[in-house]
Amino acid sequence: MESAGDTESRNGDRKTPGKWISLLAPIPPALIALSLLYHLPDISAGREFSFGFTWVSELDVSFRFYIDGLSFLFALLISGIGFFITIYAAEYLRGNPLLRRFFLYLYLFMIGMLGLVLASDLITLFVFWEVTTVASYLLIGFNHASAVARRSALQALLVTALGGLCLLTAFLLLGEISGSYDLQALLTKGEQVRASSLYIPVLLLVLIGAFSKSAQLPFHFWLPNAMAAPTPVSAYLHSATMVKAGIYLLARLHPVLAHTEYWEWILTCTGIATAAVAAIAALRQTDLKLALAYTTVIALGTITMFLGSDASAAVAAAITFLLVHSFYKAALFMVVGIIDRQTGTRDLTKLHGLAKLLPLAFIAALASALSMAGFPPFLGFIGKELKYEGALAVASEPALVGTAAIFANAVTVTVAGMVAIKPFFGPPPVDISCIQRAPPGLWISPLVLSAFGLTFGLAPDLIGGGLVEPALTSILGLPETIDLKLWHGINVPLLMSIFTFVFGVFMYLKLKQLRSWLNWDFTHAPTNADVLWDKSLEYLKSFAALQTRILQNGIMRRYLTVIFVTLSLALSYALLHTGQFSLEFVWPNLNLKEWAAVLLTVGGTFTAGAASRPLVAICALGALGVGITLIYLFFGAPDVAITQILVETLYLVLIAAILPRLPVFSRSKKVRFRPRDAVLGGIVGLLITVSILVVLQTPFESPVSEFYKEAAVPEAHGRNIVNVILVDFRALDTFGEIIVVFTAAIAAVTLLGHQLRRGKQ
Amino acid sequence: MNSIILQTATRVLVALILVFSVYMLLRGHNYPGGGFIAGLIAASAFALFAMAWGMEAAQSALRIPPGNLAVSGVALAGLSGLMAIFYGDGPFSGQWLTLIGAKEEDGIVISNVLFFDIGVYLTVLGAVLTLIFALEEAS
Repeated sequence: MESAGDTESRNGDRKTPGKWISLLAPIPPALIALSLLYHLPDISAGREFSFGFTWVSELDVSFRFYIDGLSFLFALLISGIGFFITIYAAEYLRGNPLLRRFFLYLYLFMIGMLGLVLASDLITLFVFWEVTTVASYLLIGFNHASAVARRSALQALLVTALGGLCLLTAFLLLGEISGSYDLQALLTKGEQVRASSLYIPVLLLVLIGAFSKSAQLPFHFWLPNAMAAPTPVSAYLHSATMVKAGIYLLARLHPVLAHTEYWEWILTCTGIATAAVAAIAALRQTDLKLALAYTTVIALGTITMFLGSDASAAVAAAITFLLVHSFYKAALFMVVGIIDRQTGTRDLTKLHGLAKLLPLAFIAALASALSMAGFPPFLGFIGKELKYEGALAVASEPALVGTAAIFANAVTVTVAGMVAIKPFFGPPPVDISCIQRAPPGLWISPLVLSAFGLTFGLAPDLIGGGLVEPALTSILGLPETIDLKLWHGINVPLLMSIFTFVFGVFMYLKLKQLRSWLNWDFTHAPTNADVLWDKSLEYLKSFAALQTRILQNGIMRRYLTVIFVTLSLALSYALLHTGQFSLEFVWPNLNLKEWAAVLLTVGGTFTAGAASRPLVAICALGALGVGITLIYLFFGAPDVAITQILVETLYLVLIAAILPRLPVFSRSKKVRFRPRDAVLGGIVGLLITVSILVVLQTPFESPVSEFYKEAAVPEAHGRNIVNVILVDFRALDTFGEIIVVFTAAIAAVTLLGHQLRRGKQ
Repeated sequence: MNSIILQTATRVLVALILVFSVYMLLRGHNYPGGGFIAGLIAASAFALFAMAWGMEAAQSALRIPPGNLAVSGVALAGLSGLMAIFYGDGPFSGQWLTLIGAKEEDGIVISNVLFFDIGVYLTVLGAVLTLIFALEEAS
């Protein structure tokens, strides 16, 4: 999918973006990772850091961050893997003219992700959550010339933004329940939240947010499509970090929302279903990158499944596996990227015998795949033993969780074979001359990451006490200890491991038959989530078109009808709802000139309504306007009166200018009497009159106008209060209004220009 | 419209109305008037000119495209509002400078509020004229 862009970048001018960028790019994440590592002893000792400032004090929102075991683990993963990814990406995209833009997006994502995991305020967390969504959209659509990339980017954006909105709602509800958006305060109020009547809505909304981000069923379909992104992005966002944001959220809110049956069952079942669906899909793939993407979904499903439990072994399994997975999956994605870049294909059926040509990539692939398959002495083995231990510790449904874990792991073993064995062994490729050796910038990152898998597997204490334990403590609230080791003795998890190997290797050997059988099954399946998504988007569009046709059909009369009907309904509801008012008719005590103004107004109204010729109607409207101007003048509002008369004048000029152009007003067409419009107009007029009378009846306190009266001269040096309010006290409002006036003029010009062009065609 | 009486009268009237609009603009702070009203008055002067002499004559009499007038009005109002920030106040708060004489009563004072009002004047004039000219061009 991305190969077109890559070919271009390979052949392109190598000098385009300066060389310095590949040297400088890894520095920021390296600095962040090092400063985090510097504080590793503090975190291991159970200390927490907090920093930031108040953002919106009125709403009790603050821009605060804090670091505890869980957020430390995530922040270290983001910056550490980010460091390796930037080294790799600088080489992978060498010569791409948009390299600078790529790193801008990548850093934007990194900032968003770090903010997300460090935020100690729900609103701040949400803001960074959305930053990662937007950055992911930009990065998936990085090869913007490709329609597939654009579609995938939009799909990922819509799905995760939908979840984001649900999440915002959930956060607002959580703030309502606990009385604060502060995460640290919220973590202590788990009992209160779970006892609240809003618990179920909050839980469901949070889960929709987390599941959409972490590609859980039924939102899983966007992640494989997101593989349209350049490979460094897939390795970073869509395997190691962003898709784990949902996991982070589940882990973070575990103390608040977990420990109920709803949490347990929804998470366990969704996790199992996601892992199962993704496992079947993974076996069908011949595209290496897609196969890896589906194993990412399997991994995410497994972690979700374990987070459903509140047993300490299960949560420990989730966290350890998360760490293990980040190491090997990022490395494997990078290896697939190397294969793709050097051979021009990722098709499993075409690749073989690459071991001699890409020896270091092969070593990295083999080491990572062994870790992925859970082979001792790699870290993956420890992760898998823990998973089985955790599955057995899940109190409610150990058999179900255990079976799911075995199946998911067996498929992972198979895919590990697909990625690390199939492309590298066998007869050497035919067109051997056109395959270049990979430059060091490409293989160094996967090699180091896969070496981590071996190092930590041999010495698990390096991560056990320092990283996993503090994270567990953050999730479960109690100080937890975990003993990561390779050899547990002969026990049930070991037997399950052996069975997994046998099953996985068997599936790898029988892959062809398995795949043809699965493909037959799938081509006969009625539909899948991706198609459903497209269909629902189409329905949404046609619904939008339908309601536009009804409500915004371009006929001015219908707009006015809709507006006035709505207005009268709202006004009648308001009047009936307020209830208590009495209207008594008093004959007004007016002098002659005031009666004249009233006569002009009423006469103008009826003449305009009854006129059969447009010009008469417009002149009558003018008379009505003059009548109202006089009323303003007589009752002491000279500014308003002047404005009114000027507007009336200009309005007449404008109408006179367009009158000949309006087909409705042409002479051949006589204006009919429309009883419906007359009734509607009468009702609106009556309702507005009654509302004004009701408003005037309510006792009126005027501290505001008193303030303006007193402050006008000393503070604003002006005696005309109306003007002082306009240009001084409420100048910001006036500024907004003149922008509206200006915008209206632009809009009118655009519309008229458009009309003009259409007329000519 | 081709009326000699109107055309002759317009030459005088337009000048008078424009002067009057500036008068209304400047007195606005203490007496009825102000930028919005003055802008409408000036716009009606050009509308009158257009009725008597035609749109093209009115456009060339204005010299500047009305859209530019409106933009500069919005910009002027915005800048005069931002000026308060340099004095450490919130945006759009009034800043007063006494030029001649003592404070308040006798002196000539100048303020960002005046420039804000001039901005409103230019915007209203420009926007209304944009509309009138556009309608005429379209028809």
